[in-house]
Amino acid sequence: MITQILFIIILAAAVYLFSKNAAKVRRNILLGRPADRSDNPALRWKTMAKIALGQTKMVKRPFAAVMHFFIYVGFIIINLEVMEIMIDGIFGSHRIFAKPLGSLYGLLIGGFEILALLVLTACVVFLCRRNIAHLKRFSGAEMTKWPKSDANYILIIEILLMTAFLTMNAADHKLQLLNFGHYVKAGSFPVSSFLDPLLPNSAAALEMIERGCWWFHIIGILAFLNYLPYSKHFHILLAFPNTYYSNLHLKGEFTNMASVTGEVKAMLDPSFVPEITAEPQRFGAKDVTDLTWKNLMEAYTCTECGRCTSVCPANITGKLLSPRKIMMDTRDRITEVGNNIDKHGKDYSDDKTLLDNYITREELWACTTCNACVDACPVNINPLEIITEMRRYVVMEESQAPASLNNMFGNMENNGAPWKYSPADRLNWVKES
Amino acid sequence: MAEMAAEGKQPEILFWVGCAGSFDERAQRITRAICKILNHVGISFAVLGTEESCTGDPAKRAGNEFLFQMQAMANIQVLDAYQIKKIVTGCPHCFNTIKNEYPGLGGNYEVIHHSQLIQQLIDEGKLKAEGGESFKGKKITYHDPCYLGRGNNVYEAPRKALEILDADLVEMKRCKSNGLCCGAGGAQMFKEPEKGIKDINLERMTDILESQATVVAAACPFCMTMLRDGVKHENKEQEIEVLDIAEITVRANGL
Ligand code: SF4
Ligand code: SF4
Repeated sequence: MITQILFIIILAAAVYLFSKNAAKVRRNILLGRPADRSDNPALRWKTMAKIALGQTKMVKRPFAAVMHFFIYVGFIIINLEVMEIMIDGIFGSHRIFAKPLGSLYGLLIGGFEILALLVLTACVVFLCRRNIAHLKRFSGAEMTKWPKSDANYILIIEILLMTAFLTMNAADHKLQLLNFGHYVKAGSFPVSSFLDPLLPNSAAALEMIERGCWWFHIIGILAFLNYLPYSKHFHILLAFPNTYYSNLHLKGEFTNMASVTGEVKAMLDPSFVPEITAEPQRFGAKDVTDLTWKNLMEAYTCTECGRCTSVCPANITGKLLSPRKIMMDTRDRITEVGNNIDKHGKDYSDDKTLLDNYITREELWACTTCNACVDACPVNINPLEIITEMRRYVVMEESQAPASLNNMFGNMENNGAPWKYSPADRLNWVKES
Repeated sequence: MAEMAAEGKQPEILFWVGCAGSFDERAQRITRAICKILNHVGISFAVLGTEESCTGDPAKRAGNEFLFQMQAMANIQVLDAYQIKKIVTGCPHCFNTIKNEYPGLGGNYEVIHHSQLIQQLIDEGKLKAEGGESFKGKKITYHDPCYLGRGNNVYEAPRKALEILDADLVEMKRCKSNGLCCGAGGAQMFKEPEKGIKDINLERMTDILESQATVVAAACPFCMTMLRDGVKHENKEQEIEVLDIAEITVRANGL
């Protein structure tokens, strides 16, 4: 009884804490400007099914895709097992599904064990890849300190959880063979039975191990749940809404700023009266709150995999720009803004901004707007949009474009071409041949 | 166009030449090649000439939305005044901007890139790659311009023009949606690159050299400039020729 109460308290606390932190992330995301992504739900569901559920963008790197797939399927399916653990925990039962499911139960447990082994293998491989093989993709300038340990923590936790799960099953298995207590004969243990010889033979010790692993496993899962909002691992949840709200337009199409259209129309035609918007907005983005909620959701969805950066022509040729860093900076900044609101209230300003304090102008101006990063992202994140918004701020609010670009603007304004040629010469190509 | 309009005629298609195609000496040759193709197949076309202005693409990518929309609205006025319905462009940047970004500002046209026109003409049997220079046995590789490929998913049209050549079409390591930028997009054409370890077009040269192609096919005047600079930098001007899809088509058809 006491263990049941303890279990319920822990479970309730974990769920409460998680929902509180998740709500905070949601609040932070909604600090962004509005963006309408409600059109064409059929295509949106399809996109989500393909990209988040079907993992279609992962296949570009087949090895990582297979390993990731193990972990992904393992995560989803082992949740069934977690359900049983929850019920057992609350009601003080043991393997409650064993009886009603009969031989199917054995099959299920066997399946979970094989998945657990695959997850375990994939995590070990990923750990080696990150720490021994030293892939360039995982060692960018932005991948030091927290981001680096975050990735390792996730893998290690998953390894521990899977090990606990298998050890628990092995102990259970042995207890079953001993006809001990309430350990009903249930389940087939194709993986964990190999661990049997490693475990002690005394029933008391086995029971301790079984209970110990059971608690470790479930508390670990609940703790991991609460780790998510602080980690890139949050992508396991956000990948779904994030792909649902994907940009459905062609990648070449940039938004036309409606606020500018009004002003330009008024300039061309004095009789035109632009709609008055509630409050004058900044052109482009100086800080995270100038970005849309979708940009911010993407920042929380980024898994720091670096696929964007590894195809970025600017990054490949040694320039300061890394699209992954753009996303990580955006997340770090919006988290900071959120924390400020929690601590000091809504109107507090810390005199910091995304521009300059996080992302430098040198990074912004190195982008060729080639869309390679957008195409490469396995969860449909668009770092280019943030770069463009920040360029807009720098150019239109600050007039701080690089001098050569200002020349280009001047030429375009005066001659209708980015170069210093007279519009009268536009047809010269006809003559020379 | 003004002349045609004065005579009360309406062309089948408007050829949007673009700034590079108008002023850049190398790109002017592409412009003339596109005209040759249009004339050869008997499509009546017009150009805006002095009434054409930059689409505003480099201004928009650089963040100057004001300038972009000024340019766009002025261009839309001219196009609408001539009741233009169909446009072919000689540049993926013009293509992308007019096709995707002008509609939101009131300019609605059917826009195709010249590689798509060539593909159509090949499909209709109007261009055959006969009677001109043979590319047989030559290694040709195609460089995907970002604003045609990733930007608008046009990957097959330009390849079509190369496939009928009987040449040996080799793909670079980075091609199609994985293609590497030439380094000129996003207004980079008009500024010095940020500092790094090398220029982007030189990085692209490694792919070209590895493909061992002797002809590099381009479909964008900016890519053309960057690729040629790369070839020059490697001192490979004798071995590697950079040609636009339109120029290759003209040569193959003996126009
Ligand atoms: S769009 Fe910009 S940031 Fe993205 S890959 Fe291209 S150059 Fe890099
Ligand atoms: S933006 Fe996408 S591709 Fe880039 S690191 Fe994040 S998840 Fe990976």
